[in-house]
Amino acid sequence: MASASRAATPLLKDELDIVIPTIRNLDFLEMWRPFFQPYHLIIVQDGDPNKTIRVPEGFDYELYNRNDINRILGPKASCISFKDSACRCFGYMVSKKKYIYTIDDDCFVAKDPSGKDINALEQHIKNLLSPSTPFFFNTLYDPYRDGADFVRGYPFSLREGVPTAVSHGLWLNIPDYDAPTQLVKPLERNTRYVDAILTIPKGTLFPMCGMNLAFDRELIGPAMYFGLMGDGQPIGRYDDMWAGWCTKVITDHLGLGVKTGLPYIWHSKASNPFVNLKKEYNGIFWQEELIPFFQSVSMPKEATTVQKCYLELAKQVRAKLGKVDGYFNKLADSMVTWIEAWDELNPPKGGVATANGPPKK
Amino acid sequence: MRPPSLLSLTLDSALLRIAHIADLSHLPDHLVIDLFRVEKVLKLFLATGCEEIILAVQLLNIKQPLKMSSGIQDSEVDIVIAALQPNLNTFFEAWRPFFSRFHIIVVKDPDMAEDLKIPTGFDLKVYTKADIDGVLGASSINFSGHSCRYFGYLVSRKKYVISIDDNCLPAKDAAGSTVDAVAQHMTNLKTPATPFFFNTLYDPYRKGADFVRGYPFSLREGVECMLSCGLWLHNADYDPMTHVVKRNQRNTTYVDAVMTVPLGAMMPVSGINVAFNREVLGPVMFPGLRLRNEGKHRWDTLEDIWNGLCAKVVCDSLGYGMKTGLPYVMRSDAEAGKALESLKEWEGVKVMDDVLPFFQSLKLSRTAVTVEDCVKELASIVREKLGPKNAVFTKAADAMVEWNNLWKSHGAHHA
Repeated sequence: MASASRAATPLLKDELDIVIPTIRNLDFLEMWRPFFQPYHLIIVQDGDPNKTIRVPEGFDYELYNRNDINRILGPKASCISFKDSACRCFGYMVSKKKYIYTIDDDCFVAKDPSGKDINALEQHIKNLLSPSTPFFFNTLYDPYRDGADFVRGYPFSLREGVPTAVSHGLWLNIPDYDAPTQLVKPLERNTRYVDAILTIPKGTLFPMCGMNLAFDRELIGPAMYFGLMGDGQPIGRYDDMWAGWCTKVITDHLGLGVKTGLPYIWHSKASNPFVNLKKEYNGIFWQEELIPFFQSVSMPKEATTVQKCYLELAKQVRAKLGKVDGYFNKLADSMVTWIEAWDELNPPKGGVATANGPPKK
Repeated sequence: MRPPSLLSLTLDSALLRIAHIADLSHLPDHLVIDLFRVEKVLKLFLATGCEEIILAVQLLNIKQPLKMSSGIQDSEVDIVIAALQPNLNTFFEAWRPFFSRFHIIVVKDPDMAEDLKIPTGFDLKVYTKADIDGVLGASSINFSGHSCRYFGYLVSRKKYVISIDDNCLPAKDAAGSTVDAVAQHMTNLKTPATPFFFNTLYDPYRKGADFVRGYPFSLREGVECMLSCGLWLHNADYDPMTHVVKRNQRNTTYVDAVMTVPLGAMMPVSGINVAFNREVLGPVMFPGLRLRNEGKHRWDTLEDIWNGLCAKVVCDSLGYGMKTGLPYVMRSDAEAGKALESLKEWEGVKVMDDVLPFFQSLKLSRTAVTVEDCVKELASIVREKLGPKNAVFTKAADAMVEWNNLWKSHGAHHA
């Protein structure tokens, strides 16, 4: 039976890094100060490395620009995108913490229906520290929430849940629409606060948005590669989508959970839909092939770690998607480079990185 | 948006010449079926109004093009209420603003001796034990307790059924307005479901929402929604263990969302607040699984859970959708203390854990193209795979077959 947690949510300030990609400035951090100040920030500066990014006073951070990425990864730096927020995954790689929270620099603190500021990070931590339930859908959503539980008919053998690898948050105000939808509905704003967190069932794919995302780096980190986007690439704005499909396939295989729903942040900036259309154009057509590909991926039993699963995925991308476009051969190569870089920067501590029980509080 | 594919270009040029094709009989059946599954081709053939074609399409059980914009007429809906308590005055008075437009079927629990008290002013028909026995004669299906409402499904002549337990009243939403559960169920059933890919903003057809970035365009038409599973504020639908352990917990969270339960995902459908397309789903909406000590409390039953699992398998197999979420109803407290009594013999724990692996690995054959065929196949697999574990499953398989027969003789007509 799910136990109601009355204790305060642990801060985890020494176990969580906040990764922020940016190309302009970090003024938005002022609004987040009450919630973010205890944490270490990893700032990944995209674009011109000669520009100085001003970080508000009082934050503990490390900052990496393109020169740093090239210096640290050497030739392997080719797998990190340039001129696209996909570069943020470099931050995941260099982090030494167990958890990552990543947020875009145009995302601000939202208010819940009672008018109270939402501590998004606290909710993500709650989500990650409580189990997921991917094998059977609970109609009252997250059964571990205060005030909820498993409903009648929910098998008892499944009520322990599985470890949560990913917590996917949502956005009020500017919704995360693709370019065609933005063009058709330029004025639509998301004003609906849906007070729920739920586990995405095993076998179901979803569009993972990187604007307000947290994950357990030790459980799933290597799968969070945000692909080759931006400068010199035929596609943009599909970095998080790509990472999400890869991640979901792997979490399904390894018996880990992915949650979506709360917390909300306030997304303030609508990017230019015409620019977006150019970036997304190929993605819109390619995703028709990508979805059946991901839906039919099967992992061999021997793939028992995230890295092994990911390398297997890269093999299948090359074999099955190479014929869609040559880009996917490049992507498959960079997926392999990413894992090599990840393992170099994160040598295994002598243990196998699979799900092994509930995360420590 | 998409550039035309080779297939679509071929079909387009073939359609231009279709008037010259006099005879399709030399084409193997499976090719004709696949051809008719292309909406453009199907529409063209149906537009001829030729009876033979329409008959062939129906016999092949090809889904007619989705008519997304048509609403559901009030005259297409039956509200079915199982009366497990005699005094329904409060219930019907509270629901009057939302029920009064509709025809209502009340089925009285055959075990209940007292007369029903129902206020006037409704277009309402009551069925009692006498009617059940009269219509069905000797049936192996036990319609007592919560199962009585399935008799209502059988005798209804409408396309849609909405059913709410008699201890539920209209709920209030987060803004304090009273929720019209009937209207919400109708909206859920008439807008498409999206089972093939999860939309993170939930129902994309709701006002103020849409499909998010990354949602494949080819999946944005959705499929027909066959079942709408609503929720409950105050007294949530828990098993007896949870009722006992959390006797003071009440559900106060109003989650403002409707969502499609994805393909392949199993869920517990609660019969407390449910609506469905009776015309299509009727043969699978049966009281199949009956616990040995089934009582009058919801927590004594699993018949709706079993029903819902079977319905989900059938919907997944036939390309239909199921939604969950809104509407909420306000469910009153049952005597929570009684849950302790039910706990002693609650077979439900064992049953659900037997059932789970079975449904997880279930795949119906491609030749089962109607709901009836699916139910037949499901019944025989249940008998074969689950029967040996527990006699309750053999009885369930019997009930499923019996229901299929009853449906053929009593249920399969519509107005």
